[in-house]
Amino acid sequence: MSAHAAPKISVRGLEKSFDGKQVLNGLDLDIAEGESLVVIGGSGTGKSVLVKCILGLLRPEAGSIRIDGAETVGIGWAARQRLMRRIGMLFQGGALFDSLKVWENVAFGLIEGRGVERNAAQEVALSKLAAVGLGREVGELYPAELSGGMQKRVALARAIAAEPEIIFFDEPTTGLDPIMADVINDLILKCVRDLGATAVSITHDMVSTKKIADRIAMLHQGRIIWQGRKEEIDRSGNPFVDQFVHGRAEGPIAMEVRAL
Amino acid sequence: MIFSFLAAIGAGFLAFLAATGRLFLFVLSSLAALFRPPFYFRLLLRQVVEMGYFSLPVVGLTALFTGMVLALQSYVGFARFNAEGSVATVVVLSMTRELGPVIGGLMVAGRVGAAIAAEIGTMRVTDQIDALTTLSTDPFRYLVLPRLLAGLITLPFLVLVADVLGVFGGFLVGTYKLGFNPAGYLDQTHQFLETRDVVLGLVKASVFGFIVALMGCYQGYHSRGGAEGVGQATTHAVVSASVLILLSDYLLTQAFFAR
Repeated sequence: MSAHAAPKISVRGLEKSFDGKQVLNGLDLDIAEGESLVVIGGSGTGKSVLVKCILGLLRPEAGSIRIDGAETVGIGWAARQRLMRRIGMLFQGGALFDSLKVWENVAFGLIEGRGVERNAAQEVALSKLAAVGLGREVGELYPAELSGGMQKRVALARAIAAEPEIIFFDEPTTGLDPIMADVINDLILKCVRDLGATAVSITHDMVSTKKIADRIAMLHQGRIIWQGRKEEIDRSGNPFVDQFVHGRAEGPIAMEVRAL
Repeated sequence: MIFSFLAAIGAGFLAFLAATGRLFLFVLSSLAALFRPPFYFRLLLRQVVEMGYFSLPVVGLTALFTGMVLALQSYVGFARFNAEGSVATVVVLSMTRELGPVIGGLMVAGRVGAAIAAEIGTMRVTDQIDALTTLSTDPFRYLVLPRLLAGLITLPFLVLVADVLGVFGGFLVGTYKLGFNPAGYLDQTHQFLETRDVVLGLVKASVFGFIVALMGCYQGYHSRGGAEGVGQATTHAVVSASVLILLSDYLLTQAFFAR
């Protein structure tokens, strides 16, 4: 993967606002094929909005999002559906379908999205559950019967079930104890490596970031204010990044909060 | 002062137009989903059972009591000008043309419309609807369309049961309490009843079923803000469905009777 290779995902001049409040303000970001990029930033800085725009769940007001060089903003439903078959998404709360059994959740994209036969899809689902450390018996349970950590693992299994080229992780470790968070981090690393997928994660958990990232980008006030390799983050020379990484209340970010 | 008053009226009117437009687009998106494969027949069947079969007790009971009350009240009224003989006719015409569909629609709005709004609203606020999209599944086709079709198909059958039970309620009161001859009462019941009365009532029922499912889906789909938002969506679904049922009831009745 040379530095000159065309990026897998290329975001240019992205703008999105809600009720007059500008959340993304001309955001530019390139993500190379096969890399694991982690977008960090405080709560409410628009990390989720960025991912939802790339997924097409939100429609940006301006800007372009190219995946493999093809524009995806404003494409029709059929093209979007084809694109979604190459993408996996782990939602913050898991977003498991609570009316379906665990294995049906994992197999959902295969059965409904791709028309795979149910028995075949069930076998794939059970092997994916095994890959995240859950036994066959878990497949017959309903999501409400699982603990938070197990739900996250099922959601991870669902995100990787169709072997996507690109996977998004929205706050994968939020709400988990430190040990379970590390288990999830390991699983993410393993799954992404096994699939050779491009991974985009958003989080404010620096421990998780340092574990799963190849590259880190920091989002602040609707733009990427710093990006670089994981090793570079401790000497970024950027006061915003330093404050965030070390979790200090005092600094340029807090100043702006007070000014409001 | 006068300008702020006018501005308030204008803002309200614009909001009304915007809401109407959103609802119209929602219906269009659902209908467009009808023409894209695959069609989820199993989900439709499940909704029909949920909406029809499980609503039978509540709709049946309310229809029965409505028929009974109708017989009593019309007897009291008609006795004042010696027209007691018309009780059976009044009961059967009121039930089939008006009360069967309206009461059936309102009960289903309370039972099913609320459940639809709560279920879809919860799916919205927990990202399950977004998850459907990321799994290459159209939420309109998977969630909304089966419910709309189920409403359209199921309510006529439910209302047919309500009609029968309502007439039966009138029959019980008429024969046991008011002293009608059973054979005479039944004779009176179908002497003036036309096929058209029943069929138009069932057409109304179909429209009401669609309204209930539509308001449940629409309010649920657009709910936001956690548990409180879902609660509001549920309330709005029931209230707006009830109002729309009574409004469209008048419009349909007028359209049917003009001819």
